[in-house]
Formats: sequence, C-alpha cells, structure tokens
Amino acid sequence: MSFIVNKENDVTIIDVEGQLIVGNRQELKEKVLQELENGGRKFLIDFARTGYIDSSGLGVLVSLSKKIREQGGELRLANLNEDLRTLFELTKLDTLFQISKSRDEALASF
Amino acid sequence: MCADIVLELPNDLRAIERAVDYLLARCSEAGFDCERVALKLRVGVTEALSNAMLYGNARDPRKRVLVEAKVEAESVIVRVTDEGRGFDPNSLPDPTLPCNLSRPGGRGIFLIRTLMDRVEFNERGNSITMVLHREPSGAEAQSWAR
Repeated sequence: MSFIVNKENDVTIIDVEGQLIVGNRQELKEKVLQELENGGRKFLIDFARTGYIDSSGLGVLVSLSKKIREQGGELRLANLNEDLRTLFELTKLDTLFQISKSRDEALASF
Repeated sequence: MCADIVLELPNDLRAIERAVDYLLARCSEAGFDCERVALKLRVGVTEALSNAMLYGNARDPRKRVLVEAKVEAESVIVRVTDEGRGFDPNSLPDPTLPCNLSRPGGRGIFLIRTLMDRVEFNERGNSITMVLHREPSGAEAQSWAR
C-alpha cells in the first residue's frame, strides 16, 4: 500500500495503490497537508489502483477536503471502481465530492 | 451461535486484513457468490474490527478481539467481541444527514447496518453480531433487476 505523489502543471496528483484504510490514512493526510503547506491548491486523488476504502479512509477524505477548501483550494477524486462508488453513494459522500470517471476528466475540470 | 470459526486477534489494526481475507475465503469455499458477498462482508467485518480495536479496546495492545463465525447453507454469521465497556448503538447520529456529511467520523456502524442483512448488539454493547444471507433479499433482488 502506498501513495505516489506527482505534479501535472499546477495539480498535485496522488495515486492510491492498494487500500485506503485506518492503518494508512494518516500517511495520506500528511502527504496532502505537506503539499498544501508548500503552496499546492489543486489536488486530484486517483483511485484507479485502489481496491478498498474503509470508513476511516472516507473520513480522511472529508477532513482533507475541508482543509483544502479552507485554504482556497480544490480537491477532485477520480477512477472509483463500482464497489468504491457504492460506498460513496451509500454514505452520500458522492454529493460532497466532485468525482470524475477518469484522470483526464478530473484534470480538465480544474 | 455455535461457531465453526474462532479467531482471537491481537488488538492490532494490521491483523484486520488477514482475518477478513480468511473469512471471505471460507465463504467462497462454501459456494457463496463472491461478487455479492465480498464488498458487504469486507465492509461489515472490517468496520466491526476497527471499532473493536480503536474504540472498544481503546488501542490497548494488551487486549484481544474475538471473532466467531459460522458459515451456514443460507447465510454467514459473524460476531466480533472486544474487551471494552461497550457503547449504545442507538446513540449514533445519521452520517448521511446534511448537517453530518462534513464530519470525518461516524460512518462505520452506518455502513454495517446498511450492507448486512441483520445486525444485533449485546446488552453491554461490546459485541456485534452480523448476518449476511447467501441470496439477496426480495427488495435487493428487485433493485438489481431494475
């Protein structure tokens, strides 16, 4: 499980490989907050290679979304598989986040 | 419940994934529809174990979490018990209300109740029993058919 951070123009892209769960949510939080502190304001979290997100993982996304907005930034999510989309829909978090079908669509939405 | 699977886990979050994978494998061996069961059981057991370790046992590494499971012809039953004082499961706010959507926590029990077919707590509130049927319920089957 790991988080890979890349930059494309002024967008910080984080790829989540494996799972986003209670055991590694803090690592994602620290990486995003570090980029926010360094001046990043546009964030895309790509779940193309993510198998599972638990409620703690959902919680950290909510928390990061709030912190990014407080700094005048934007967070987009992309490439949720069917199971992950189901979790966002059940919790109604699909109404809180801007979720794109693909990385390119998300990048174009900034 | 007369369990045919009993796992005594250390109070360590790293133990969750292996325990869940083991239960899923046992359900698969028993002929459960993996696609239907995988998300529901993974969410239910993962959330119950996380709650037990983080809140019930308060991250105390000296404590243990007991998992008892029974794979029956028509359903799988999983009970998760911690050593904590328990909590009132009826006191939890609905995380899907607009006023709660921005709260980082409070979705674990909601997801368990939403995805499992039956959920019960013991009186003390330190043990949760979850039942997942092999076949979808009538309402679920109708929603799939649409």
